[in-house]
Amino acid sequence: MAVDSQASGGRQGAASWWYDPKFRSIAFQVAFVLALVGLGVYLVHNTLINLEKRNIKTGFDFLFNPAGFEIPLTLIPYSVEAGSTHGAVFIVGLLNTFLISAMGIVLATILGFILGVLRLSNNWLVSRLVGVYIETVRNVPLLLQFLFWHFAVFQSLPLVRQAIPIFDTVFIHNRGLTIPKPLPQPGFLVVVISVFIAIAAIVYLKKWARRRQDATGEQFPVFWVSLGVLIAVPLLASAATGFPLTWEYAHLGRFRFTGGLGIQIELFSALAALTVYTSSFIAEIVRAGILAVSKGQQEASYSLGVRPAPTLRLVIIPQALRVIVPPLVSQYLNLTKNSSLGIAIGYPDLFNVFGGISLNQSGQAIEIVAMCMVVYLTFSLLISLYMNWYNRRISLVER
Amino acid sequence: MSEFANDPGRSFYRTENIPQSSPPVSTIGVLGWMRANLFSSPFNTALTLVTLYLLYSVVPPLFQWAFIDSLLVGESNKDCRGIAGACWVLVPKRFGQYIYGFYPEPERWRVNLTFILFFLNLLPVLSDRVPGRTFAALFLVFGFPVVAFVLLHGAFGLESVPTNKWGGLTLTLVFASVAILFSLPIGILLALGRRSEMPVIRTICVAFIELWRAVPLITVLFMASFVLPLFTPEGVNANELLRALIGFTMFSSAYMAEVVRGGLQALPKGQTEAAQALGLNYWKSMQLIILPQALKIVIPGIVNTFIALFKDTALVSIIGLFDLLLVARSAVTDPKWLGLEHESYIFAAVIYFIFCFGMSRYSLWLERKLDTGHRT
Repeated sequence: MAVDSQASGGRQGAASWWYDPKFRSIAFQVAFVLALVGLGVYLVHNTLINLEKRNIKTGFDFLFNPAGFEIPLTLIPYSVEAGSTHGAVFIVGLLNTFLISAMGIVLATILGFILGVLRLSNNWLVSRLVGVYIETVRNVPLLLQFLFWHFAVFQSLPLVRQAIPIFDTVFIHNRGLTIPKPLPQPGFLVVVISVFIAIAAIVYLKKWARRRQDATGEQFPVFWVSLGVLIAVPLLASAATGFPLTWEYAHLGRFRFTGGLGIQIELFSALAALTVYTSSFIAEIVRAGILAVSKGQQEASYSLGVRPAPTLRLVIIPQALRVIVPPLVSQYLNLTKNSSLGIAIGYPDLFNVFGGISLNQSGQAIEIVAMCMVVYLTFSLLISLYMNWYNRRISLVER
Repeated sequence: MSEFANDPGRSFYRTENIPQSSPPVSTIGVLGWMRANLFSSPFNTALTLVTLYLLYSVVPPLFQWAFIDSLLVGESNKDCRGIAGACWVLVPKRFGQYIYGFYPEPERWRVNLTFILFFLNLLPVLSDRVPGRTFAALFLVFGFPVVAFVLLHGAFGLESVPTNKWGGLTLTLVFASVAILFSLPIGILLALGRRSEMPVIRTICVAFIELWRAVPLITVLFMASFVLPLFTPEGVNANELLRALIGFTMFSSAYMAEVVRGGLQALPKGQTEAAQALGLNYWKSMQLIILPQALKIVIPGIVNTFIALFKDTALVSIIGLFDLLLVARSAVTDPKWLGLEHESYIFAAVIYFIFCFGMSRYSLWLERKLDTGHRT
């Protein structure tokens, strides 16, 4: 091949910077960023024009304006008369989201583990039945389940006037649950402190028992002693301060209850839907985790003379947890995010009271939606930080 | 005595096999199966009995409620008086609305035609027994949306039906199909961006994916319906359905990206290096070597995302789009049908279940079919 090396070299020299991967990568990235910034500027420009046209003032001043609506479930003092602000609405909603998420996570975990173990049962009937149940629950939209629990199940409970009494202290009706209201008397603080002291003692006890077993090989019945401490210490403390907790019982008047503590039905509807839905996913995770531990582990443990219960506790579960925990935590995150569906049935979570009512009242759509998103984003980042830490801690140390 | 040899000096021994006896009755057949699977231990026996009792106390009454004591044809909830079981009267009366929403009745054949065409188009893509997969897939992505738009929305002489008339199962299916169609390619691009060696692209993709995955879908839909109108220039008023679709597609493409990334990470590095050694450029190597393998690994994950996406379409009812769930919900606010919540919700749940369950079975079948046995 007769190639004019001079000419070809020159052409390559001129074009080579264009074919240089490094140059191309930088040029492409710069172009991408410029396009993105251009799009951003265009959107901001549009937004500013639109906001001006609609007379919406941007900023977070609205957080200090009074919010003129009641919230049926508040964990902190909140009232329209006292002039509580949209900022207070934000806190109330946030706490309600925490409340339903925490309760949902605990219940869904318990139910999910039970279902997962039953799904693996060698009892054909049970495992099939649980399988059918899980498939049914997983394949129906969560929002539909929210509505079903709320409008079809809990709303068809008896009216307040015909509330079902349980020992005349707890009443079940279609507006919720009425329970006796705890009234802490002076000295109750001592009891609360004693509970924390008991917990601290148990933590210390566990460490001490571990050290002793490492040193001498003798085991200490930590569980039973802990249980005793946890019951006895607060009991003694409340006896010493003269049982500083009294209850105010609810009485059914003609149309409604006087006294007592009412718990909204929406809490139960949302809780039922979230628990049932999430537990069906957790059940599958648990099943996969247990199946992932090979049978040889159990046999090896038995052949070492370890009894079934410690085998489960010391050999099977720690290995299954390594598989279970990451997807489990992402289910927890899903549950927290899904609690925002409470808006469909009126559970006053963050998104309902703040993203719904506050948004309608103040018209600050951008700020409010952004604040809600930042809250969920923070949850999610915290969870993923924890996950990374956990994965590092439990990941197999290989050769 | 012929079966024993009388050999003096030895103890007797058998010279012929005795006929094989059948295994114990308790280990074969129905009885044996029951013993092994239902009554293997006292605990299992108790569990079986409790379960049987539960089934006995739930299933027959439920069956009685739904099918025997129920009423299917009637005019309003007044006909339900004296009916002990389910009162399905609103389902046949409102069936059109469950399926088509407010789509004008004389035009409903267009919806039917669209879905028949969609199914015919989907058939070669789903199964390899029908020929023409590549063409069908390409048409599904590039041609069919146009056909569907013309048929559903109306053009070329077909009467125009604005999107706010769309509803029911039609809206749900349109929403889910469009979101699925767009979220997969966007998700693949995002996943490739996240694995890119260009730091800026990688950072932007990671931020985009994590942002959408962190927030609940309902906030995304609210943003699409309240905040998005502020972003568009004056005079441009994006359709409400379109706005919701944009938000929904962004949301689901972030999830899709994570699924695809799983497949990309599962491929050994040698595949990329081999492609480079053959002189393929980035896009060619992705298209011919990496993506076909990566996507095959994650097909179950992709279908699972489709199922989740289909279920999530129910959320658009909160921002007021008249999908299947909102039809079911608003049907029982009509004074004519008050008090029929169970029936309306159960009917909607059954429709959702059929679609989701169908997809999950398809994914299991595909998983078995595609399992080339490379992984143990």
